[in-house]
Amino acid sequence: MSGKTLYEKIWEQHVVVAPDGEPTLLYIDLHLVHEVTSPQAFDGLRLNNRKVRRPDLTLATADHNVPTDPLSTPVSDPISKRQLEALGENCHEFGITVFPRGHENQGIVHVIGPELGVTQPGMTIVCGDSHTSTHGALGSLAFGIGTSEVEHVLATQTLPQQKAKTMSVVVDGTLPDGVSAKDIVLAIVGRLGTGGGAGYVLEYRGEAIRALSLEGRMTVCNMSIEAGARAGLVAVDETTIEYLRGRPGVPQGDAFEDAAARWRTYVSDDDARFDAEILLNAAELVPYVTWGTNPAQVVALDGVVPSPENAVDDDERESIARALEYMDLTPGTPLRSVSVDVVFIGSCTNSRIEDLRAAAAVAKGAHVHQGVRALVVPGSRRVKNQAEAEGLDQIFTESGFEWREPGCSMCLGMNPDILSPGQRCASTSNRNFEGRQGRGGRTHLVSPVVAAATAIMGRFATPEEVHA
Amino acid sequence: MKPVQVLEGRAVPLERSDVDTDQIIPSDWLKRVERTGFGRGLFSEWRDDSSFVLNQSEYSGATILLAGPRFGTGSSREHAVWALMDYGFEAIIAPSFGDIFRNNSSKQGLVIVQLIASDVEELSHLVKEDPSLLFVVDVERLSVEVPEKGWSRQFPLDPMTRERLLQGWDDISISLRRSDAVASYELTSVAPSLGGVFDAEGHTRHP
Repeated sequence: MSGKTLYEKIWEQHVVVAPDGEPTLLYIDLHLVHEVTSPQAFDGLRLNNRKVRRPDLTLATADHNVPTDPLSTPVSDPISKRQLEALGENCHEFGITVFPRGHENQGIVHVIGPELGVTQPGMTIVCGDSHTSTHGALGSLAFGIGTSEVEHVLATQTLPQQKAKTMSVVVDGTLPDGVSAKDIVLAIVGRLGTGGGAGYVLEYRGEAIRALSLEGRMTVCNMSIEAGARAGLVAVDETTIEYLRGRPGVPQGDAFEDAAARWRTYVSDDDARFDAEILLNAAELVPYVTWGTNPAQVVALDGVVPSPENAVDDDERESIARALEYMDLTPGTPLRSVSVDVVFIGSCTNSRIEDLRAAAAVAKGAHVHQGVRALVVPGSRRVKNQAEAEGLDQIFTESGFEWREPGCSMCLGMNPDILSPGQRCASTSNRNFEGRQGRGGRTHLVSPVVAAATAIMGRFATPEEVHA
Repeated sequence: MKPVQVLEGRAVPLERSDVDTDQIIPSDWLKRVERTGFGRGLFSEWRDDSSFVLNQSEYSGATILLAGPRFGTGSSREHAVWALMDYGFEAIIAPSFGDIFRNNSSKQGLVIVQLIASDVEELSHLVKEDPSLLFVVDVERLSVEVPEKGWSRQFPLDPMTRERLLQGWDDISISLRRSDAVASYELTSVAPSLGGVFDAEGHTRHP
């Protein structure tokens, strides 16, 4: 008999009941809640006179539609304001800890879980948000759910689930300079396509994944869903343990070592069998940029805009043609010649302290190109405070970047930070769907260093061009 | 959820692949705290275009959507399902679907009919020739038919989802009947309570 994958280990430890012919009832260790996908779930509880089974395993934050203006600015959109108020009221009524706008622990739900140490190895974690896969970087099984399931978890602390297949995504070798975690995951999504991971849990493995910081691993796991996979995982190692040490949510002192010993078991066995495997060589990876309207439409930054003639079938030909029209791009155009109007550095993909340090190192001593608006939106209040303690805010503002309050912001345009129709944006976020950052807006996904270099050059660029 | 057994209606061909949930319902609509009224936002960025297929009078009142591969990928927003149903759709026929969207649909009674791409294309072709064609989606028999053309296919659905659709069962009631098993599980669980991490105001107890 072969060994177990990390996914199988976590799954087996969370089975409440597995009735014949029915989905397994899986226990949920941590339920993260935000303002957008929860109000209808709380209404459902009230309608049926139900309680939250484990408010002590439930944590809420305001992130999707909080403005990133200074805290003294009121929420101007009455519909957003109502939704933010509803989160506070619902959490108060049902006894759930909540971090409203301005709270010291507030931030993007997938940034605060790990940084507070409440995301821990071996846990099952859900949230009404598809980027919940981010938490898999700590060796936890984390996936996004819809509002009906949010209500289900609130009421029962469980979810009926079908077991997924497993895919080993091996990234061997060493990343070249200037190539980051974001480029790894863009390459993976480009390889798998938007549906290639459907039905699978991805486990990222190999030398290049092991060499990533925990924050880099979060960037990779974050975009698992862009390949169609609900969850991504990275096995626990000393990077995981050291990341968690001393965080508020983990045991302190000797108790931490006991917890760490247990966490170290959250790895796939050497003889574990995966249902599928793909292999990438890190040494061959380069900085990437998406050119189209889904995250798998990606090319090397040194490359050119593709042509419908490159398509393998009619479906792809139509999809490329439609994307080119929406993005207002001509086949054969070098990406480095494409100019941008806006640069967004932020989102649950790339708004953590290491992302901001990397972007600031590029921005330092340079200035945002004339006519370009560049926003930096830290992922959380704690990230913002840390960045300010290191003087990163000064570097950004002196270079002409806007330094803003934490939230999801321009990743999905639910707050006032949106693109105008026709504007082109280099964004460190995760989705380049039509209208994602504002109706008619054109999004190109890039890494934080490419975003910073692009802001300065006014067109897609890499850092060596800034400091040439 | 209302029971769903047999759906009869006309279909509309969307003929686009990779229709993500941001296209189905843009984020601007997600600020609302209600569960109803999302039909007006369905495909809203495309509906301004008078040539968009949903604006064609011959398809008005259609209850079955024919879509391309990877329908409903991306964001987990259940609002996409609410918008499709509020607009009047009862079933979506496509070659493949986003996992979370498929799951959300099953909770609301929106029937997900997965057929191979050539079958979906054939159906689109038939509908474009005659938009008045009647489709029959039978959840009991797991079949989709166009009786006038003698066209019939089976579609897959896991037995529990099929049963839940047919009976109109609500998942939460089913799981709540397992409360004793959940309580026993909790006795063995090592999941740390957040009560030890945060005080009543959400401040951390440790620095």
